[in-house]
Amino acid sequence: MRRAFIGSLCELAAEDDRIVLLTGDLGYLAMEPFRDRFPTRFINVGVAEQNLVGIATGMAEAGLRPYVYSIATFAALRPFEFIRNGPVMHRLPVRIVGMGGGFDYGHAGPTHYATEDIAVLRTLPGLGIVIPADAGQAATALRLTAPLDRPLYYCLGRDDSQTVKNLDGRFESGRIQMVREGGDLALISMGSVSMETIAAAEELSARGIEAAVAIVSSFSPDPVRDISALLARFRIAITVEAQTSSGGLGAFVGTVIATEGLPCRLKMLAVGSSPDGTSGNQSERWRKYGLDRASIVRSACSAMERIPR
Amino acid sequence: MTEISIYCSLDERAADTLDCTDKLTPKRIRQIVLRESKRANVGHIGSCLCVADILAVLYGSVLRIGSPDDPERDRFILSKGHAALALFATLALKGWIPEATLETFCGDDSLLGVHPDAELPGVDFSTGSLGQGICMAVGAALAARLQGSERRVFCLISDGECNEGATWEAAMFAAHHRLDNLTVILDLNGQQAMGATRDVLDCSNMAERWRSFQWRTSEVDGHSHAELAGALARTGTCTATGPTGQPHIVLARTIFGKGVSYMEQGVPFTQDHLPVQPINWHYLPMSAAEYRIAVSEIEHAQ
Repeated sequence: MRRAFIGSLCELAAEDDRIVLLTGDLGYLAMEPFRDRFPTRFINVGVAEQNLVGIATGMAEAGLRPYVYSIATFAALRPFEFIRNGPVMHRLPVRIVGMGGGFDYGHAGPTHYATEDIAVLRTLPGLGIVIPADAGQAATALRLTAPLDRPLYYCLGRDDSQTVKNLDGRFESGRIQMVREGGDLALISMGSVSMETIAAAEELSARGIEAAVAIVSSFSPDPVRDISALLARFRIAITVEAQTSSGGLGAFVGTVIATEGLPCRLKMLAVGSSPDGTSGNQSERWRKYGLDRASIVRSACSAMERIPR
Repeated sequence: MTEISIYCSLDERAADTLDCTDKLTPKRIRQIVLRESKRANVGHIGSCLCVADILAVLYGSVLRIGSPDDPERDRFILSKGHAALALFATLALKGWIPEATLETFCGDDSLLGVHPDAELPGVDFSTGSLGQGICMAVGAALAARLQGSERRVFCLISDGECNEGATWEAAMFAAHHRLDNLTVILDLNGQQAMGATRDVLDCSNMAERWRSFQWRTSEVDGHSHAELAGALARTGTCTATGPTGQPHIVLARTIFGKGVSYMEQGVPFTQDHLPVQPINWHYLPMSAAEYRIAVSEIEHAQ
């Protein structure tokens, strides 16, 4: 979604001269279109993520709209307290852009895996969170959320070519997007791994199990009403995310089930263990942590067997 | 500097109120600091007394602030947020915080806590977590340049804050981008939360360190109005000079607890089980006896 991000930001910046782009010295062969078109509004802050967010806070107070960019772990986790005490506490329209959700940085290894950013940042109620599932949705989300006066975090995947079937660039803050209907169980997915989820639904269909597939692409506001309405129709829900199981999508859906009193059983597919020192490409990581299409199919079949229909 | 004192009572039970004849002087700031910290029974008195002269000069003759909500006002960031009461006193003396609001200091559901919050008119940025204010100040200065504004940015940091890595991230950035509309005042009182800075992380050669980061440095007596005013007057504006200058740091040597002898000496007057060291007055509230002495000394100070 790097090209989608920088392309959308160039379009937005052409219309809104308050937009500035700050990077923590990352984005080589991605940032250049913005830098070349708006040279005075592009600032490489250096490898200093705390200062990156602090500077953005000072600029936003003066009426600017800073987008700050780094790899998701460095953008979200390193300066967490600067995000909390800066844009969130001051309610300023800073946009934190984290590149590479989940295992996107594959062979770069565990320091580069963004498997906690959503969970950690969801603890800040004043921060809107946007997690596009593909480049088309990212472009729409960037445009629709640009006018918001509050701080936002975007967790973007690196890939621009893969698309989630039937998503068709749809996005609405605080809503889910349905990409497949089905009556047997609900699959609820977030981020780039959603392409595995919809592929799994198609394999399940071949086995006679029809799964509805919903994409959660934003928190704060949380899509409580949509999830509640969706799960009122199902006995089984499976969440799929390349995040740790505490605080992310599964934890959110579980909370909705419990607080709304829904008669629905939840299975959470998430990153269930600490890094073991290994690395691998994104597909291999999804397999290793049980998030690939085959694992989702196995989980769905197993869950269907245990719940009487 | 001529001071007109209207502080008449040494009795802490007598309410001291502000009126339109009040002047923004270090003495008045210190009197309000003592009164409100006694009322609230809280500490951080040493830090607040220490920066009274700096704040009086800044808000008396340096900062160009027509009103606290003017977008083109100079910005001030109290990065050492634990001296907030001295800032509140200053803002009250400017007439920007009503007396009734000032009296809510450290009360329940008050905007006036031990650290300043930007929800309070007159406070530009919320601080309290050390090392963050200077980064926001750098952003404010950079924004002024991008917007072609003559706004200037002043930021007061502590020597303990120089332990924070983010302080040096900000220092490096400001120098690289030649933010000559930014002035940082470093309150060199030699104290930090667990003791003397020389014992925790030595920062004795601060001027040299900031110079090596390509900052213009001034060294002043942080209680001398003439020296402070002279140094702070050297702040530029980006649009006037273009991006050719340097950010400016004023190293202000100060005395923790300035103006109250037993605080300056670190004597916990009525708690003689504590060791004698200035950092006591980072924490202790004043007893009734200590308060009477403090009020008297500030009242009679020249």
